[in-house]
Amino acid sequence: MRLRRHPWRAPGLVLPLAFVLLLVVAVVLPQWFTARQPDAVDVDAVLRPPSLEFWFGTDELGRDLFCRMIYGTSQSLMIGIGAAAIACLGGIVLGTAAALAPAPLRMLLVRLLDILLAFPELLLALLVIAVLGRGPVNALLAVGMSHIAGYARLVRSQVLKVKLSGYVEHAVALGEHPFTIVVSHIVPNTTRTLVVLATIGVGSAVLSASALSFLGLGVVPPAAEWGALLAGGRNFLQVAPWMSLLPATVVSVSVISITLVGRRLQTLLARGDTP
Amino acid sequence: MTLALPEQRHGLDALVSAGTPLLRVEDLRVVFPTPERPVEAVRGISFAIEAGQILALVGQSGSGKSVTARALVGLAGARAQVSARALTIVGRDGRDLDLRGLSPAAWGAVRGREIGFILQDALVSLDPLRTIGREVAEPILAHGVLPASEVAAEVQALLLRAGIADPEVRAAQYPHELSGGLRQRALIASALAARPRLLIADEPTTALDVTVQQQILTVFAELARAGHAVLLITHDLAVAAQIAHRVAVMQDGLIVEAGPTHRVLTAPSHAYTQQLMAAVPGAATRGRWLAVAGDAPVRGASATDQPPLLEVDDVSLRFKRPDGSPLHALLGVSLVVRPGETLGVVGESGSGKTTLGKVALALQRADRGVVRFAGQPWSALPESARRPLRRRIHTIVQDPLGSFDPRYTVQRVIEQPLRLQKELDQAARRRRVMELLELVCLPAQLLARRPETLSGGQRQRVSIAQALASDPQLLVCDEPVSSLDVMTQAQVLDLLIALQARLGLAMLFISHDLGVIQHMSHRIAVMEAGRIVETGPVKEVFDDPQHPYTQRLLAAVPRLLPTGV
Repeated sequence: MRLRRHPWRAPGLVLPLAFVLLLVVAVVLPQWFTARQPDAVDVDAVLRPPSLEFWFGTDELGRDLFCRMIYGTSQSLMIGIGAAAIACLGGIVLGTAAALAPAPLRMLLVRLLDILLAFPELLLALLVIAVLGRGPVNALLAVGMSHIAGYARLVRSQVLKVKLSGYVEHAVALGEHPFTIVVSHIVPNTTRTLVVLATIGVGSAVLSASALSFLGLGVVPPAAEWGALLAGGRNFLQVAPWMSLLPATVVSVSVISITLVGRRLQTLLARGDTP
Repeated sequence: MTLALPEQRHGLDALVSAGTPLLRVEDLRVVFPTPERPVEAVRGISFAIEAGQILALVGQSGSGKSVTARALVGLAGARAQVSARALTIVGRDGRDLDLRGLSPAAWGAVRGREIGFILQDALVSLDPLRTIGREVAEPILAHGVLPASEVAAEVQALLLRAGIADPEVRAAQYPHELSGGLRQRALIASALAARPRLLIADEPTTALDVTVQQQILTVFAELARAGHAVLLITHDLAVAAQIAHRVAVMQDGLIVEAGPTHRVLTAPSHAYTQQLMAAVPGAATRGRWLAVAGDAPVRGASATDQPPLLEVDDVSLRFKRPDGSPLHALLGVSLVVRPGETLGVVGESGSGKTTLGKVALALQRADRGVVRFAGQPWSALPESARRPLRRRIHTIVQDPLGSFDPRYTVQRVIEQPLRLQKELDQAARRRRVMELLELVCLPAQLLARRPETLSGGQRQRVSIAQALASDPQLLVCDEPVSSLDVMTQAQVLDLLIALQARLGLAMLFISHDLGVIQHMSHRIAVMEAGRIVETGPVKEVFDDPQHPYTQRLLAAVPRLLPTGV
């Protein structure tokens, strides 16, 4: 009935989408991209610049950086997606409670959110790491928890808006139970926008996770992870700038791609194409 | 050799005397290309407006009247293809000015200067960050009508002409500080500012109360007397009847009938005009269908001897205004609704009608007084005890879309109250939904659609179907037809009356439209500033209003037919 250009075929979307697909393949089947192993040391090929043989060059131990990037994708993306999911779920629970809970608890939660928002996210993540210890799972938790406050704030404002809408009052007039109203009207109508924000949030979570690894608090060497690779190249910036530059480029392009796909999702949802 | 006439300071240029057409439109067509097929919004209409004349363009929504108005000022939209055999206005210099194919810059010189355009919603049309004075001064400066030193005095004169009593105070205020009526006047003043001789007003009174509407219409009548030509776009035949000299009735992009107002409205020759006239509710339409021809009787007698279903007893409710002062939304309001009868509640906006409806639905707690339902406590119950009883009293609101969960399809919306009845399984719910659809005359194909893709009338039917799902005894209808046009309104009102007769529903019917109230109600209650000032059987109140406010309200209603006809 409605004739419209296919929304996914718009220019400027094909490239990011293709890149995101590449990332997914790299997670599932890294051996498709490279025959080498990420931890294979080759003392004859130390600090080689990018070439046809070593696309991203090699590090100080002669490990192929391209291979390490590919194998690091799963770590980085899992942390990104997991952290965004934790932030999102935590945000929904905290935000809804901060909007609808009885007065004293509500005020307490709102103030708590204010305090959390006052700290830089990385600092909060460091705090969580300090308590839990380092490691990829803890990095995921730390990044996720440090992002909760932002989501919660957004959810709270949305819930307050939805609470006043005609259909919530109407549901009361129909005789629906308050709990049903929260679960089946308020939260779903709030999360409609949140799902998209979470997609965009994956990008920033990847970045945060990389930052943690960069500080040596994320994954434990010798495991490959994007942030750890970035950090590893830092010591050789003058002699081998590609060691940091190329991974940094991949991280940037990934974050941009995921964000663009998320934005697209947002406009599609705003049009109400998806139920 | 021609001599340019010096422009007159006040009043209008005498270049066009009354009786010669100021605007001439011949075979105007507006087409919107869409991927499927071009949509012809206006399909070849012709009319002319003389100086000093008011032409009313009436029709339902979607008839093409607004598109026509916008095409005349070059605002039909970037995608619109406007064509005409002739589209000319007599310009300031006395020469014909062709409005076809003007450049954006040329339109800029026409809008405001040659043609003043007044939109429906003054709150949206006025820049919230500008004072009224600046808004009105803008066209004067933009078109260089007067030197800057004289603008302030001119603004005040314009505000006075638009009927604003204290122009100095108002000119310094911002739009949000003014009432709807004053905003509309300010908008008229800004449209007049560059002294156009043609004014186009698109539904200028639709958002206003009847007494305010009356005042605005008076302003237009005076402007016409002063020599302006006015093109008035309205869906309200009564408004046209009151001030227009000529009426053109539009349907599906065509003018189906045009002529002097009195002739068109008293002896309509086209079937559509006749239908339109018959669909206007009021005293004459009581007891017959609005949307169906003929005089089929529809109403059972009001069962006034039964014990009341809804009793509102001495209810008061006070809100706090932003500045802390109290706002008495309800003051000692008492009323009863008996089974099977319709109690009409009428009043202007802000009189407390909607609040009363919410108190009756127990969605709003009153400060004082109680509401009883079927002889039992209602407002006094705790919500958990009231919840199972809520299915007996339902509501229909002005904007049904707002009361539907935006994620729901039509089926899910109608099912919503059914899902609360645990004894119904999916098949039983489905059967009931089909029954309800049939009851409100909607095709089953709509079930999978989303409410926002439906027309206003269809949405209101969905909302009625939902309200009836749990067999309620009382419907609280809050302006249920206010956003619908005459024909759709007629169909929805017919449906409500038919359902009332069939199901024995009682209704608390809230409306600002006296005609609708008069058509629907057995008894009415007139509200002013939170009080019920008069109540009684509908005929008594309308024929012999006792309270001065009721008298004022009734006097302000535009009559469809001039008195004496």
